[in-house]
Amino acid sequence: MVEIFFYIFAATALGGGLGVVLSKSPVGSLLMMVVSLASLAGVFVLLEAHFLAAIQVIVYAGAIMVLFLFVIMLLNLGHDYQQDLKWGAFSVLSFAVAGGLAGILAREVGGDWQIADGVVPPGGRAIDAAVREHGAVGAIAEPLFTTYVVPFEITGILLLVAIVGALALAKRNVS
Amino acid sequence: MITQALILSAILFALGTFGVLVRRNAIIMFLCIELQLNAVNVAFVAFSRLVGIEGQVFVFFVMTVAAAEAAVGLAIIISIFRHYETVNVDNFNLLKW
Repeated sequence: MVEIFFYIFAATALGGGLGVVLSKSPVGSLLMMVVSLASLAGVFVLLEAHFLAAIQVIVYAGAIMVLFLFVIMLLNLGHDYQQDLKWGAFSVLSFAVAGGLAGILAREVGGDWQIADGVVPPGGRAIDAAVREHGAVGAIAEPLFTTYVVPFEITGILLLVAIVGALALAKRNVS
Repeated sequence: MITQALILSAILFALGTFGVLVRRNAIIMFLCIELQLNAVNVAFVAFSRLVGIEGQVFVFFVMTVAAAEAAVGLAIIISIFRHYETVNVDNFNLLKW
C-alpha cells in the first residue's frame, strides 16, 4: 500500500518537474512546480518526516512560490508565451549530461540500501523513539536548539541579511 | 523505499540541471534551481531513515537558505529587468567575451 502511494507521489513529482522544464508560460511552469512540491510533501510523509511535509507545503508551496508568482506578475511576464527553450545540439548535449548525472547519482547513492520488508532501519528507529517522546515537532526542535543552536542563530542572521539585501536591490531609485 | 526515494532524488536533480541548461528565462532557471534543492531535500530525508534525525534538521536549514536565496535572487532579477526590460539571459551579455 505504502509502495503504491510512493510510486503515485514520485510519478506526480517527476511529471511536475517535467512540466516546469517544458511549460511555455512562466505561470504554468510555476503551477507545475507547486504540484511537484506538494507531491514531494507526500513523499516526506511516507518517509515519516511529518513536520517537514507540513513545512514543505506551508513554506515552499505557499510562501516561496507565491513570491515567484508576485515577481512574474510584477514584471508582467504572465502572457509571455515566446518559446525560450534552446533546442538543437545544445539541448541534446544537456540531456546527455543530465541523464549521465542521473545515472551516476542513482548508481552511487541509490545502490546498496536494500532493507528487508518490515525491518525499521537504525535511524528510523531513533526517529520513531524521539517522535514518541517529544512529538513530531519536538523531535526536530530538540537537536535544533541544542546541538545545532549555533547554525540556527547564524541562519537567523542570514535571513536578516537577505531581507536587507532584497530591499536594497529591489528599491526603485538607488542614489 | 529508501532506495526508490534516492533514485527519485537523483532523477529530480538531473531534471533540474537539464532545466537550468536549456531554459533561457531567468525566473524559470531559478525555479529549476529550487527543484534541485528539493531533490537534495528528498535525499536528506531518505538518509535520515538510515542515520538519524540530523538529516531532517539539515532539510530545515536548506529550506531557510532557499527562502533567503529566493528573496535575494528575485530582487536581482527585478533590478536586471528594470535595466534591460527582459528576463531572457541571452540578452545579459556584458561579461561575454
